Amino acid sequence: MRNLFLFLSRHYFSILFLLMEALCFYLIAQNNSYHNAGMLNSANQVVATMYDGVSKVTDYLNLAENNRRLAEENAQLRAMIPESHFDTTLVKSTVQDSLHNQQYSYIEARVINNSTNRRNNYLTLNRGADAGITPEMGVITGHGIIGIVKDVSAHYCTVISFLNTQSKVSVRFKKNNYNGSMIWDSDNGPTEATVIDIPRHVPFKIGDTLVTTAYSAYYPEGIMVGTVKEYFLDPGSNSYQIILKLSAGFNDVSYVYVINNLLKNERKKLEDNLKDAK
Amino acid sequence: MLSEVIKSIVRFILLVLVQVLLFNKIRFAGFINPFVYPLFILLLPVRIPKTLLLLLSFITGLSIDVFSDTLGMHAAATVFLGFLRPTILKILAPRDGYEAEASPRLHDMGILWFLYYLLISIFAHHLFLFYTEVFRFNEFWYTFLRVILSTLTSVLLIIVILYLFDKQKEKR
Repeated sequence: MRNLFLFLSRHYFSILFLLMEALCFYLIAQNNSYHNAGMLNSANQVVATMYDGVSKVTDYLNLAENNRRLAEENAQLRAMIPESHFDTTLVKSTVQDSLHNQQYSYIEARVINNSTNRRNNYLTLNRGADAGITPEMGVITGHGIIGIVKDVSAHYCTVISFLNTQSKVSVRFKKNNYNGSMIWDSDNGPTEATVIDIPRHVPFKIGDTLVTTAYSAYYPEGIMVGTVKEYFLDPGSNSYQIILKLSAGFNDVSYVYVINNLLKNERKKLEDNLKDAK
Repeated sequence: MLSEVIKSIVRFILLVLVQVLLFNKIRFAGFINPFVYPLFILLLPVRIPKTLLLLLSFITGLSIDVFSDTLGMHAAATVFLGFLRPTILKILAPRDGYEAEASPRLHDMGILWFLYYLLISIFAHHLFLFYTEVFRFNEFWYTFLRVILSTLTSVLLIIVILYLFDKQKEKR
């Protein structure tokens, strides 16, 4: 016993060091799991309020670019409303449209903190549980996908950026239905991503557009993700690897939409049954 | 003594703010992230109790973690730095030892001594940090290159910071 105390007192510094490292790695492991309700993230009141204040100032730096993007998006949306289409039918239908129930609703949010230079990047938004945001909602801009909500506090939420080594999004070509998986690694940099598992026989060329598929429970189908920048045959397999130019500008994103999939729970419940059956 | 504590607290707040609001956004040449906040640990008094040193390292790292959503990563690296600091100071000790109340300062110890001190400490910190972030060894050399280049950038920035802000205290 005496020897034990002697040992402890002689090596207390190293032991304390090892204990603290153990604590740190416990925290790292905790943080890697999907949800953590803890306060030690940038959605907490103090940190988020500070980022909020700073971003109010820095947002002015990107104002011109953001206005241009909003105008562009407005133009696209305007082109989609029925009044912009030439009416080819003689009789206008007066039947209430029961074919199209609303599946997605959108919550506008401002990015108050954003990182693009790490392996696992995150964003903080100025909307939280008060605005109806819950974890695992998708986040997009008018130009492409951004990520998935991770933690939510009363007024703020954190988002796992697509620029994350664990990201995987199912994408397809806009012009045909061939699909693959879009992944990201820090080698890609904040403007590019890699699409894998595109079969060899798929016809495509540089500049083709890729969009999200209906496989994802987070994003609606057909949201643009990017365009083909270059491609090559994956050595040792029969599929293409595509380097994609991301359409969402991650470096200066400031306004985003959080997607509320109204049917997500229904779908999840159904698909969870499959997992249980295995 | 008290004024030293207040100075340390101010230094802590300033370094954390500069790190999270400025240097966290910077990415030189695509993959070099500078980290200047370990300077806080390096400037603590030489004779600081070791337990307090580890505790302060943990708090410093954790503050950076909370701001950058990397819970535990910076804390682990900074605690590692705190653990190594007494050994580094012992290795670099001048022939007649340190003065009782001394803190390692650029203008007291000379640029060459301080550069060694910075290079060893920041390298150890970055090495631990970057490999914890990657958490695998199959990109060993790429990560190593990032460590080396980021270390050099951080050290350079720290020297600039010290010349800008620490020099004035000397004149007073």
